[in-house]
Amino acid sequence: MIRKDLLDIESLSRAEIEELLDQAVPFKDLFTRSVKKVPALKGKTVLNLFYEPSTRTLSSFEVAAKRLSADVTNFDVPHSSVVKGESVKDTIDTLQSMRTDYIIVRNKLSGLPGVIARETKASVINAGDGQHAHPTQALLDGFTFREVFPQTDGRRILIVGDILHSRVARSTTNLMRKIGVEVAWLGPGPLVPKHGPKGVRRFTNYEEAMAWAPDVVYLLRVQMERQDVQYFPSLREYHKLYGVTTERFKQIEDNGTYIMHPGPVNRGVELCDAVMDYSKSLINTQVENGIAARMAVLYSLKPGTSEDSAS
Amino acid sequence: MNMGEDKMAEAVEQLAGAIVEKYAGEKFALIGLRSRGDEVALRLKSQLEAKGVELDFGILDISLYRDDLNHLSANPKLQASEISFAVDGAKVILVDDVLFTGRTVRSAIDALMDYGRPAGVELAVLVDRGHRELPIEPNYVGISIETERLDDVVVHLKNTDGVDEILVHRAQS
Repeated sequence: MIRKDLLDIESLSRAEIEELLDQAVPFKDLFTRSVKKVPALKGKTVLNLFYEPSTRTLSSFEVAAKRLSADVTNFDVPHSSVVKGESVKDTIDTLQSMRTDYIIVRNKLSGLPGVIARETKASVINAGDGQHAHPTQALLDGFTFREVFPQTDGRRILIVGDILHSRVARSTTNLMRKIGVEVAWLGPGPLVPKHGPKGVRRFTNYEEAMAWAPDVVYLLRVQMERQDVQYFPSLREYHKLYGVTTERFKQIEDNGTYIMHPGPVNRGVELCDAVMDYSKSLINTQVENGIAARMAVLYSLKPGTSEDSAS
Repeated sequence: MNMGEDKMAEAVEQLAGAIVEKYAGEKFALIGLRSRGDEVALRLKSQLEAKGVELDFGILDISLYRDDLNHLSANPKLQASEISFAVDGAKVILVDDVLFTGRTVRSAIDALMDYGRPAGVELAVLVDRGHRELPIEPNYVGISIETERLDDVVVHLKNTDGVDEILVHRAQS
């Protein structure tokens, strides 16, 4: 794979996705060694440019970069330049002058990582932009899925929640479909796009969705801090209609269905407490796999070299 | 100059013989370096085990430790390293197919140290073709071949390439 940037899942081929997922495996093996660090990115600089707060994704990238021996700088945007009214263009110029090798971008605006990628020689990794994409989340989800189901073709995943506003749903749906997994969506009618990708099933009723017999139920986080809340009558109502309640958990256990969630979990909303101790809950595995998947991405991208790089 | 199956079998036998002599009764570990060093190490292992020698076995991928990643247009594909025994305190013999500049071995020593602190590390190679760029010397050599710096020495092994042979391509002068 020769690529400068990772901006979305759409532009990756199945072969490229599978290569990245394959590469994550040896990185995960490193975590059981006494020394978890390897020198592959020694002397390289990784800059985390987060316009939107995110403890988990930021830490995950930071750990991944440090385990590759890169130097990591967190460019704390909300508290610095944006407040001073610095334009995106000026920020990009500043970054270019810093000669960082990798820039990890998270932003409320869809498309900003692509703009930065075009303007800099650095490898740009999209860590979530608006409602557009969250490719490393999708890769860690795919990696986690494949650990459980090495033969992905024909397996089924049900993604539950606010599909419409979720970049996680978009990227993970794309990736799963590219590796041959059947995808269905479940959520409140207005939050499940009518014109999704061809072949994605659409459910608005939990029981009907479960009758489809998914191998994995993927619960999206209800974004309390974003606008979603207004689409739901109440969080209690959401739990009752789309959450894994104590009662539904029994059925999930009986069926041996796996549970995934991008975190952090809202207990009592997306799922009940018991799910957290469920032996087929992959939620903590996803966190660990996130580091391995991001190490694979950092290792596989080549700053400043490929045909899609800026002049 | 090219060598076939017989010559290679002879070289592996010679390596196994020298190792047995050195380690008589003492526990040690073979670690093959991907790719092809692992294959050579496997052959050594079966020869040694046939002689009744007990040993630990592992495979090391040194891609992440290479000193030339900056110069490659695409990074090499990583494969899993498989070292399931404790490296701490172990006597380790690294095994590779061809010893040339010594840079791979340097990377391998660094990688190995991240698994623990071995009691000692030695080096066994099927072919030593000379032209070191680092102060690294093998302890066991199957075949030594005189080469020019720009010659190309290629080892093919049955399991990876379908045939056992050592090819020496002389540089165009």
